[in-house]
Amino acid sequence: MTIRIYVPRDAAALALGAETVAKAIANEIAARGLDAEIVRNGSRGMFWLEPLVEVELAGKRIGYGPVKARDVPALFEAGMMNGGEHPLCLGEVEDLPFLKEQTRLTFARCGITDPLSLKDYEAHGGLAGLRHAVSMAPADVVKEVTDSGLRGRGGAGFPTGIKWKTVLDAIGDRKYIVCNADEGDSGTFADRMIMEGDPFVLIEGMAISGLATGATKGFVYTRSEYPHAIAAMTEAVGIARQAGILGPSVLGSGRAFDIEVRTGAGAYVCGEETALLNSLEGKRGIVRAKPPLPAHKGLFGCPTVINNVISLASVPVIMEKGAAFYRDFGMGRSRGTIPLQIAGNVRYGGLYETAFGLSLGDIVDRIGGGTATGRPVKAVQVGGPLGAYFPRALFDTPFDYESFAAKDGLIGHAGIVVFDDTADMLKQARFAMEFCAIESCGKCTPCRIGSTRGVETADKIAHGIEPEKNRVLLADLCNTMKFGSLCALGGFTPYPVLSAMTHFPEDFSPAPLVEAAE
Amino acid sequence: MTIRIAEGDIAERTRAIVADLRSLEGSLLPILHEVQEEFGYVPQEALPVIAQELNLSRAEVHGVVTFYHDYRDHPAGRHVLKLCRAEACQSMGGDALAERVKALLGIDFHQTMLDGSVTLEPVYCLGLCACAPAAMLDGEVYGRIDDAMAAELVAEARR
Repeated sequence: MTIRIYVPRDAAALALGAETVAKAIANEIAARGLDAEIVRNGSRGMFWLEPLVEVELAGKRIGYGPVKARDVPALFEAGMMNGGEHPLCLGEVEDLPFLKEQTRLTFARCGITDPLSLKDYEAHGGLAGLRHAVSMAPADVVKEVTDSGLRGRGGAGFPTGIKWKTVLDAIGDRKYIVCNADEGDSGTFADRMIMEGDPFVLIEGMAISGLATGATKGFVYTRSEYPHAIAAMTEAVGIARQAGILGPSVLGSGRAFDIEVRTGAGAYVCGEETALLNSLEGKRGIVRAKPPLPAHKGLFGCPTVINNVISLASVPVIMEKGAAFYRDFGMGRSRGTIPLQIAGNVRYGGLYETAFGLSLGDIVDRIGGGTATGRPVKAVQVGGPLGAYFPRALFDTPFDYESFAAKDGLIGHAGIVVFDDTADMLKQARFAMEFCAIESCGKCTPCRIGSTRGVETADKIAHGIEPEKNRVLLADLCNTMKFGSLCALGGFTPYPVLSAMTHFPEDFSPAPLVEAAE
Repeated sequence: MTIRIAEGDIAERTRAIVADLRSLEGSLLPILHEVQEEFGYVPQEALPVIAQELNLSRAEVHGVVTFYHDYRDHPAGRHVLKLCRAEACQSMGGDALAERVKALLGIDFHQTMLDGSVTLEPVYCLGLCACAPAAMLDGEVYGRIDDAMAAELVAEARR
């Protein structure tokens, strides 16, 4: 029987040499005349083990990692094809604690299947949700999503079902589903992993959204920095169209829905939903004032659902297993699971999907294993470049929307970036302002001007110029930006700045300026 | 060596691109992407053609081109090396890596080497945050870049 060997095609695996590993394995198979095929799967999300090669034996998958191309001949000598012992052998992949303790609902197939095999997708439960949705009235689909408690995974946490209901009830000859795949936050890669590792789940989620709201056209707006995701999504949409999942009659329902993949052009602010809509329309990515809400007047002035990749990719499992199944995970008003992305200076970095409610310390110390450098953890930035820096003192904060807000932070897209004790928090605060200045769309003054003034003020503090006065000024500026900005870019940049000032005041009191010798 | 493209040629090729893509909803970004793919940058001469074909003002097209970081107004080097400058890469020594690469190339960000071999650009997140620091060379991604690998990347780019 043909043995299947899995070598990921995920961009992170490729960045660590998966392509040369796959070539080396292909060479060994040919040279030894073996009966084996290589499957290019998505990533399991354990990046310290990438490239992670898996061999499927009697339904079990034995892992080897991290594999370098030069290890490949030795792996074959050691009998990798029969699950042979080797220092890189990890045993059965499913039994690795990092994977075993997760609750994978949205990422159930990611890393397991061939991302572009519709057969694989269906064999692992794919399309069950869409089939169910096709048989239901639109309002019932919306109710199911509302009842699941699913909230926007892009960061704002708005209930997905309520957004859908608004669009369903809105009157328009044309409605749109827009998938926000403009994942620009540092420390996040969940959207990228789904698009590269299980693109059909996003397509299925968007199709369900279309049927539920009466929208007939969907756009996936992703980043030019994600060429592998664009390629995988584009190919998957083509396959889905061929199979009748997309097109004039979704799964033979007689109802139309199709998807187009669009690429951004390197503007972070286009991750903000109204800027994204302008960009899709072919305009500058300038933020729009709300109201009108995109659900009433969105893309080209039509009622539009705009959801994050993970929100949409979580819908198929809800439609397959029911609202109650999904709602039973989580805590408080944060229901279901969240794909944590543990990144930066961390020993076991990767994607960890789990129910809401783990403490930050548990995530960083136990799951992440502390820093990669082995030094003490100084700070953790949660929620991307607009998220707050958390000190160890706040490591008991449970991971959910409300708990983080109560500590003047946000979970955002659930990216967690770990810093060791060499981090200079004044420098990080300055970077937050600098980034805002580079990426500001320029429409509102607090963001456009405030960010530049913020950089200057941080520099003055660093140079010991009237530090006390400038600290007050910086805090005041943050206040203006927070309450005066039109969108989250200017409005949330104060989070990293103020949290750094509050929790790490010692970094904002540099040595006084030494007077030049006469 | 800079290859000069005749103005009439630019107009003609731009018009062909617009004709291909104009039926898309909100076609301006896809058109600009394709123009940049065709010429390696978005030539000034292409703007009035696009404006006329899409019934936009020239100012509107100019506004869009200059808003987005991706569109270049002049050709890049033969290779483009993008270094991630965002927080996750900073936490793993991204700043030191950037200094090292700049020193090896002898250029700063947004600059191209005199021999036209490499353009160095910052990028804010490649989504490789759990294998930082990361870089992209001509669309190929690289993670966990140490000093030796930085030197290899630079050598590869300079070829």
